[in-house]
Amino acid sequence: MAFRWTSAIPYLVLLAFTLPILVLYGWLLYGSFFPRMEGLKPIGAFTLENWRFLWAPETVDALRFKAPIIPLTINTLIFSLSTALVVLLISSMAGYALSRIRFPGRRTFLAGVLLLHSFPSVTLLIATFLVLRQLRLYDQLVGVILVKTAFELPFGIWIMKGFFDTVPWDLEMAALVDGAGRFRTWWRVVMPLVKPGLLALGLLSFVSGWNEFLLPFVFMPSGNQQTLSVLIRGLIGEGRFVDYGLVTAVGLYYVAPILILFFFAQDRLMKIYAGGVKG
Amino acid sequence: MARTEALALARGGQAATWWRSNATALLFMMPAAILVLVFFFVPVLLTIGMGFTNIATATGLAGWQWIGTANYEQIFRGAFTGLIARNTLVYVVLTLSFNVIVGLTVALLSVHMADRAGGAFRALWLLPRISPSVVYVLMWTWAVSPPPFGIINQLVVPLGVAPRFWMNTDPWPVVIFVNGFVGASLGMLVFASAIESIPEDLFRAARVDGANAWQIVRRITLPLIRWPILFVLVYQTMSLLASYEYILLTTNGGPGLYLTEVWSLWAFHTALQSYFGNLEIGLGAAMAAILVLVGLIVSALLLRLFRFNDLVAEPRVEIT
Repeated sequence: MAFRWTSAIPYLVLLAFTLPILVLYGWLLYGSFFPRMEGLKPIGAFTLENWRFLWAPETVDALRFKAPIIPLTINTLIFSLSTALVVLLISSMAGYALSRIRFPGRRTFLAGVLLLHSFPSVTLLIATFLVLRQLRLYDQLVGVILVKTAFELPFGIWIMKGFFDTVPWDLEMAALVDGAGRFRTWWRVVMPLVKPGLLALGLLSFVSGWNEFLLPFVFMPSGNQQTLSVLIRGLIGEGRFVDYGLVTAVGLYYVAPILILFFFAQDRLMKIYAGGVKG
Repeated sequence: MARTEALALARGGQAATWWRSNATALLFMMPAAILVLVFFFVPVLLTIGMGFTNIATATGLAGWQWIGTANYEQIFRGAFTGLIARNTLVYVVLTLSFNVIVGLTVALLSVHMADRAGGAFRALWLLPRISPSVVYVLMWTWAVSPPPFGIINQLVVPLGVAPRFWMNTDPWPVVIFVNGFVGASLGMLVFASAIESIPEDLFRAARVDGANAWQIVRRITLPLIRWPILFVLVYQTMSLLASYEYILLTTNGGPGLYLTEVWSLWAFHTALQSYFGNLEIGLGAAMAAILVLVGLIVSALLLRLFRFNDLVAEPRVEIT
């Protein structure tokens, strides 16, 4: 019997450590379905009133001078999907070359990628501002997508190189001997073999793009191409009269796709977070 | 005459051969190379270069001049520089300690329980990292908001603690906890996978010899994962030095003047989000350049420490 008790100790200790996280997320869920919360205590009866920004946005005061939520959601989706796709394409091309082909500059590039992989790219935002202005991409979704892609790239290239390294040579060799070109071989033979890797990197880049706050906040100030993160920042940032019922609902609406993805792909995501350290 | 022509031809032929044998690789690398060039290489040079100019929005970005090291002199003589450097140190040291200690604790506890339960706990700890920063900060803003609303006030008042507006009265603990709960998951994942790769025999042998749990952790686990620990320490030192997103979203450097302002946020405020209207991009770039240099040095150090040469080994088999 005593043995049973001691074996429960790790669970209890870890539960105590984890409690703040459970409380925070529990509050978010709870708060969005009640008119008001005092701490963890809901005031009033269960309601969907906080969610009316979805079907009757014109009745929500706090949203009156904000960009409408559905276009913002679409922007966020465009932003994160394009980031993920471009990251996948570019890093699997470069990763393949770095894994398979000997060429001048390979070592230098690989060293550069590794260096940038741990390099904190946020320190470059000030200079990036000028680069984007020069390219006439400032205040445009395309510009922010490019910057985000570039920031994700060192990690993507590194991880894709790793995936290509694990693919055996035989199949590829057969294709090349049969006279298929490198591009054809890469696209038709090798890419299908690294599908799990592509999926993992794609998920990660999508999540990272969906969550991104700083880049759209800094590089798209005018608002018509904004993303959800900037809207929520605006809702909280308006001083002490924050409509928490509304903000929790919008916040939950914003984080829900990520939570659902995470629920179904947590093993994959955890593995890639552990293997390719970032953040 | 004929000789030089032949030489030129030969050289041309060489270039053609070179191109033929490398064209595929270069085409594969092209998109990545362009993005890295435009969004890393150029910005690094620009950051360092702009640090020696007075470029600012007040002069319309175009009318700038080289001003030598004036920006750096201004930074080092600035009235707030000492405070901000101290803040940065406090922020990095405390957050890092939280990250590593909590990450290690969660990793140790979670690997020594049933697989499914351990995985569930690790997934919970990953939530702050995979959630959008604005939503995560929203939850904290609520937790520390003034009575009768804040969760923390509701929990501590029965214990006899006076309720308060934590973000204003105790901004540092708030900043550290907000960042710590995000950062701890990195150590947790790295340490957990390192611990899981330790051969089970070692633990079994120690238990047979009568070692208790603490002795096993102290004598076997910790020495065997010292490299992952070192890695996380160095890596997170650097990313914390450069990171400001969560501080920007919580205290934004306040309350009051620069109370929780850290170096990277200072650069950001100076160059991109100034309270004073004029964006002093040159001055901000000088501040950032210091961080860029630290970042480059620490990254290079990391590569040295973690067997860089193995990582960039040539492809094993080569077909042309």
